This record gives sequence, structure tokens and C-alpha cells, in this order.
Amino acid sequence: MTADLVIEAEGLVKTFGKTRALQGVDLAVPRGTVLGVLGPNGAGKTTAVRILSTLLTPDGGTARIGGFDVVRDAERVRQSIGLTGQYASVDEDLTGRQNLELFGTLLELGRTGARRRAAELLDWFDLTDAANRPAKTYSGGMRRRLDLAASLVGSPDVIFLDEPTTGLDPAKREDMWDVVRSLVANGSTVLLTTQYLEEADALADAITVIDHGRVIAHDTPEGLKRVVGGQTLEVRPSDPAQLPRTAEILTQVGSGAQADEIRKGVLAVPVTDDAALTESVARFATAGIAVTELSLHLPSLDEVFFTLTGRTASEDDTTRPTEVAA
Amino acid sequence: MSTLTDTAPTRSRALSNSAPNPRPFRLLRHSLALAKRSLIKTWRTPEALIDVTLQPVLFLIIFVYVFGGAVAGSTHDYLQFLLPGILAQTIATGAIAIGVNLNTDIAKGIFDRFRSLPIPRSAPLVGAVLGDVVRYVIVTVSTLAIGYVMGFRIETDLFRAIAGCLLAVLFALCLSWLPVLVSMKVRTPGAVQGVMFALIMPLSFASNVFVGANTLPGWMQAFVNVNPMTHLVASVRGLFLGTPLGNHVWWTLAWCAGFVVLFMPLALRAYRKKL
Repeated sequence: MTADLVIEAEGLVKTFGKTRALQGVDLAVPRGTVLGVLGPNGAGKTTAVRILSTLLTPDGGTARIGGFDVVRDAERVRQSIGLTGQYASVDEDLTGRQNLELFGTLLELGRTGARRRAAELLDWFDLTDAANRPAKTYSGGMRRRLDLAASLVGSPDVIFLDEPTTGLDPAKREDMWDVVRSLVANGSTVLLTTQYLEEADALADAITVIDHGRVIAHDTPEGLKRVVGGQTLEVRPSDPAQLPRTAEILTQVGSGAQADEIRKGVLAVPVTDDAALTESVARFATAGIAVTELSLHLPSLDEVFFTLTGRTASEDDTTRPTEVAA
Repeated sequence: MSTLTDTAPTRSRALSNSAPNPRPFRLLRHSLALAKRSLIKTWRTPEALIDVTLQPVLFLIIFVYVFGGAVAGSTHDYLQFLLPGILAQTIATGAIAIGVNLNTDIAKGIFDRFRSLPIPRSAPLVGAVLGDVVRYVIVTVSTLAIGYVMGFRIETDLFRAIAGCLLAVLFALCLSWLPVLVSMKVRTPGAVQGVMFALIMPLSFASNVFVGANTLPGWMQAFVNVNPMTHLVASVRGLFLGTPLGNHVWWTLAWCAGFVVLFMPLALRAYRKKL
């Protein structure tokens, strides 16, 4: 065991009936870092998280959290983890405050300690105004925040976030990202599953891509983006007549490929670094080309999968529609 | 979420290498915290108390006024005889609800959360069972209250009357491990209800709840005389009315112990295996 690996998994195998959810997954997360586990629905992400958080026992392989085996020392593991699942795991009939105080009591914070911690978290997650309403009256975003707050009651060292932003609107997603960043700044180790390369790129120090229960890539976000072709710069000139000149400029600032018209009136070119954005803006200004749309995109999960496996993730979805959540 | 960075978690639960040092009575404290959760839920959904408030009232009124004259010659005499039986019957059927509730509850994320916490695995179940004590107290109070309005009178003393009530509550508390076990074994809340009614109905009708056991055919008496419900009803009758107690209280307590010893470990085992 390497001293500073907080989460380690080797050869995890889990089968549900005929579904082979995990077929030998290795994961490693150094202390104080974020691992992004990227994969489509049904890839085995949730199963892996459930094994690491002691909710499921693996059929094969081993996993340790802070050096404690998730099967043999499950009780010790539970003392240091916080889990936020895809589905809000708080009591709908209890108020936000009652939920947090209940978990505080169960985590031995004592009556005053539990009360103080609940107030602190409600404040942090902007739920103080809703604190005395039953959780079933909360909006989706509020519920997600309460759920995350609930997993932080015991100030865990290791936090599992299973698709924490699925179903949230972009502004709420950014809020959630800020929370994750501040957790890491305070020394927590985070394992986050996601379907968005963008999210993994924004938060993770390393990304493990899994598909059909196997690891198909493990790299830094930069490394992974290099493999899948970096980013794409998309431009829509205001005047369609400018398309040829726009294409010329894009090809020059791009990473070598020809600019393509990907949709009617929109040109795209692969670029290697963010500087291409400002450079193209400067060049369009000099050339007197007005643009109505200009954006820099990371490859979507589909594109990542296409590059890594030669097929798209969404094709796959139709045959394996559900994540094995058991 | 504007104040994020200032109030990030301050105290970190360390991955220490020292052995965990659980404070004493962990299971009890955690179960009580979870029982409080059940109480809050009961409080929030008062309509879930219909089985323990309305049912004894309806049963008493129907049985006393419809059958009282025929069975006992006078409705008042029959009320005196019947009330302990109705109390036993409704408190036993009241125990079914815990199975129904757990069956729906357990599929929700909250149980995942419980199982990822460093608390005894059994605490959520023990907590739910303890939390239902309040329902059994409500059955007892509403049965006695409507009984008093109809003319029922305790013929012993307050001490023995309270002892009778406590015995009935204890019986339901211990019996409730059976519906908990059933709820772990069947798929839907409706199935829990169906299985439990099939078990409780014969117990409550093939007993001394509605008529004296000595009026039943001999082959049925063989069952009635070992039926836990018979012992409970005879005990409560004795404690409320001063009829001979015999060994009924001891038999009732023995059955209570039996329910816990048999069904609790099975329920906990089924719970661990379920998820």
C-alpha cells in the first residue's frame, strides 16, 4: 500500500445475476485530491461507489479506504466516509434541520454538537430559510444540497459523490463545483462519478474512464484531452458570406486541421490550448469579421468514448438502459 | 451559496489508527435517535394512525351492540368481557403497520445513508420498532376511552389496570418483529399486509377474544389454549376485571420473549442480506 493513497481498489468484480457490473476495476486516489470516474449509464460507476462505501460486498478484488479494508474493516471505513448518492438519501418527512441533527446524533456529536453542526451546514448550503420545512417540499436543487450537507455532518475525510450534478441546471452545477473545491481545499479526498467530461475536467486531478465494468483509460484531465483531441472552437460569423475568410483564420489558429462547417453557418476547428480563443478574437477584429457565436468546447462523453473505444456511449445506452444500482 | 469558503468543515474525522472506542449503550442511543425519527414521521402523517384510533372504536361499537345481546344477554356485560379482547386484537393488528412502512421505507435512499454510517446495522430496525410504541399507547388509550363512554368500568384498581395496558403494549412491541421479518421477505407493502392479516386473524378469532374458550369445540380449544392471544386476553381481563389470572401473565411474557428470540435475529439477518 502506498502511504498517501486514501482510496485504493484492485480488481473489483461484481455480478448481479447475468449482469457483470464490474469486471476488474482498479482505482487509486491520493490524499487531498479528486478522482473523476467518468462513464455512461450502466458503466458500473454506482456499483463501484457502493462497494467503496461498504454498501455492497465485491465478488472479487479488494478495496481499502485509508488503509482499512471495505469488507473486513467496514465499521472503520464508515467512520471516515461521506456518501452522496444519485438519489437524495434524506428523510422526506423530516425537516432539513431534523435530518442533519439526526445524522449528527448518530455520528456521536452530542446534542449541542449536532445542533451546531446542523446550523453550520444549513448556513453553508443556503438552506437556513427552509430549515424547518419537511424535505419533501424542497426543490430538486435544495434536496441535492441537503443531501450533500447530510454526508458532510461528520466532516468525513473521504467523500463519495455519485453524479452530484445530474439533473441540476448549469448555475446550480457551478455552485456544486464550488462546494467540491472548498472540500478539497480543506483536505478532503473526493471520488466523484460523472457523465460529463466537462465536470471531471473542472474538478478532478485525475480521471478514470470506465465502460462495461472495465477501466478503459486513466489519466490527468490534460492527458485525456490530448488523447481525445483537446477542445473545439466554434464560430458563427454574422454574415454567412464571411464563412470562407472565417474558415481561413480558424485553420491558422487551430491545431493543424482544416476548419469544418459542422452546422449551417457554424465553423469548428480543433484547438490545443485556450489561447486560441483570444487569438481568434483578435484576428476577427483585425479582419473586420463580426461573429454572433464563439465558444470553446470540451469533447462530449460521446466523443471521448468514440475516441477510446471506437463507438459512442449513447449507442450503448439503448442496449443497457439502466445503471445497476441494486 | 455565497458564503461557501468561509465556513467549510472545520473539524475533520480522522482516519486514525487507534481502535474505535464506542461509547457504552451505542445500540440503545442510536436506536432511540432513530425512534425519534419514526415519531416525527407519525406526527407528520396523522392519517396513518387510523388503524389504531378508529378501528378499536368501530369494533367495540359493532360487536357490543350487534352481538352483545345474543352472546352475553346484555350489552353492558358483553362490553366488560369484550373490551380486553378488542384491545388485544387491535394492538396486534396495529403491529402490522411497521412492516408495511419498513417495506416502503427501505427502498429509499435513507437506508443507504444509515448503512454508510458507523452505527450498528440493526439500529434503524430497532429504532423503528421502538418508535411504534407510541402507536400501541394510542390504541390502548382510544380503546379505553371509547369503552368508558360506552359504560366500561375497570373492576380492579389503577395499578393492575396500568399493568394490563403495559402488558398489551409489550406484547405488540415483541410481536412487531414478525411483521418486520415479513417486510424483509416480501416485495410489496400490500403483500406484507396480506401475509400479516392471514397470520393475525386466526390468532384473534380462534381465541377467547369474542367468546369464552370453554364454549368452543374441543379440537379448537387445543389451539385456543396455546394461542398467545388467549393468554394476553385472559391476562388483561384478569388485570382489568379481577377474573382469575392463573399462569396467563407468565405465558404471555413467555410468548413475548419467544417472539423476540425467534423473529428479531431472523429479521436482522434478512435485513443484512436484503441490500
